[in-house]
Amino acid sequence: MGTNREALQRYSLAVVSHLLLVAAWHFFVVVGKVPSFVLPSPQATLNALLIPNYRWFENIAVTGIEIFGGYILAVVIGITIALLFSWSRWLEMAVMPLLVSLNMIPKVALGPLIIVWFKYGIGPNIMMAFAICFFPIVLTTARGLREVEPDLLDLVRTLKGSRWQVFTKIQLPGALPYIFSGMKVAAILAVAGAIVGEFLGSDRGLGYLMLQVQVTLDTAAMFMAVILITLLGGLLYLMVLGLERLLVVQDARLG
Amino acid sequence: MAEPFVHLAGVKKVYRTGRAQFLAVSEVTFDVAAGELVALVGPSGCGKTTLLKILAGLHPHDSGEVVTGSVSQPFDPSRDIGMVFQQPLLLKWRRVIDNVLLPAEILGLPVAASRERARELLALVGLEGSEDKYPYQLSGGMQQRAAIARALVHDPKLILMDEPFGALDALTREKMNLELLRIWEQAKKTIVFVTHGITEAVFLGTRVVVLTAGPARMADNFLVELPHPRTLDMKTQDKFGEYTRRIYRLLGME
Repeated sequence: MGTNREALQRYSLAVVSHLLLVAAWHFFVVVGKVPSFVLPSPQATLNALLIPNYRWFENIAVTGIEIFGGYILAVVIGITIALLFSWSRWLEMAVMPLLVSLNMIPKVALGPLIIVWFKYGIGPNIMMAFAICFFPIVLTTARGLREVEPDLLDLVRTLKGSRWQVFTKIQLPGALPYIFSGMKVAAILAVAGAIVGEFLGSDRGLGYLMLQVQVTLDTAAMFMAVILITLLGGLLYLMVLGLERLLVVQDARLG
Repeated sequence: MAEPFVHLAGVKKVYRTGRAQFLAVSEVTFDVAAGELVALVGPSGCGKTTLLKILAGLHPHDSGEVVTGSVSQPFDPSRDIGMVFQQPLLLKWRRVIDNVLLPAEILGLPVAASRERARELLALVGLEGSEDKYPYQLSGGMQQRAAIARALVHDPKLILMDEPFGALDALTREKMNLELLRIWEQAKKTIVFVTHGITEAVFLGTRVVVLTAGPARMADNFLVELPHPRTLDMKTQDKFGEYTRRIYRLLGME
């Protein structure tokens, strides 16, 4: 079918452009004789994985736990708070402006405080990831729950439908696209939160490793760490995307 | 007319926002017999939609009488109203048949029987074979057909339609007018149809109620004595022209 061919074409072009970037990177380093502490070649970057001292698996696991932990916490708490808002207008009017104000705080600036309060380690870094991705989830979910067609409410009211029926049949499924749009933004932010946490204070994780190898100018290992962090973020994003495809009808998805 | 199914007498409604008052509807007096298709016609701000919401029991009225149902046609306000709006308002995440089933679900009607009925209604509105599609796969006119099937699924006695074809293009609208008449004749329902289309009102209505704006009040109420089934060429008949001219005159457009 035409659409299948089109999709194949699009994907193969995307793969080609990625490969071209790696190739350009390789030739730039080789032809330009760039010193490896400035820019390591793709080969050198891959070789960094072979150094057992860097304990890649452990560091990936730690950073992964921080990202996913903070993210899941933010999704659960964020959606719960937004649901409470939709059930109590008073609560929303009191707390929502507070959340909007708190959202103005650059979450990164809280890092040193979090360390003072909670020492450093996986826990505080989970909190950092949570703090940075919590707000978009609450805000978009609350907005989605508010977007109900008044005429549809009338329709349910003429049938003497209950508040619960409105919620389960119209409000919640209608809010799903918004929830996912918030979750996608948050997935990217969670990665940044966890890494910032590790930069500020930690003894494990990919961000921590980057600070360690910076001292020895092992730029290749830093590159590898950045690539792995990106892959962790990509994995989370893909999981959210997959869940969205499963739960939200194509037409209802927000761009 | 024997026993009216809907009886309105001196109905008035005023909206108050702070100190400001806004007269939405006044002097509305007309009866609807069971099985009639009444067209409420008038310009924006004449209170057509307000009147519909009063009939739906969604808004209280300030004074006057609103009686729905009769001894031979008892009326249960929680399950005898079907509504169709200007927008189809189908739930995007539900297949067409599950959209049609929404009122049955809310009322807790038996699932299997309702599903069977929804299928029959989709066939009645000309959507056979589209049961398992999603709304985005249907055109605007087809979505509105599904919305009509949804309004019929719980077998209500009174269907309230608020400019249901107002968002459609002119040709689709003409086609939907004919379809609605066919559905009305087969389903044997009482319909109150709000429109700002004067020809549409005369073409569809067994009775036309004219509302004017500024001040909002009822200006006329007359039977349309054109035979059924109605056909498009009736629009060129003298009698049809007389009815439309009558409305144009009341609305100060002639």
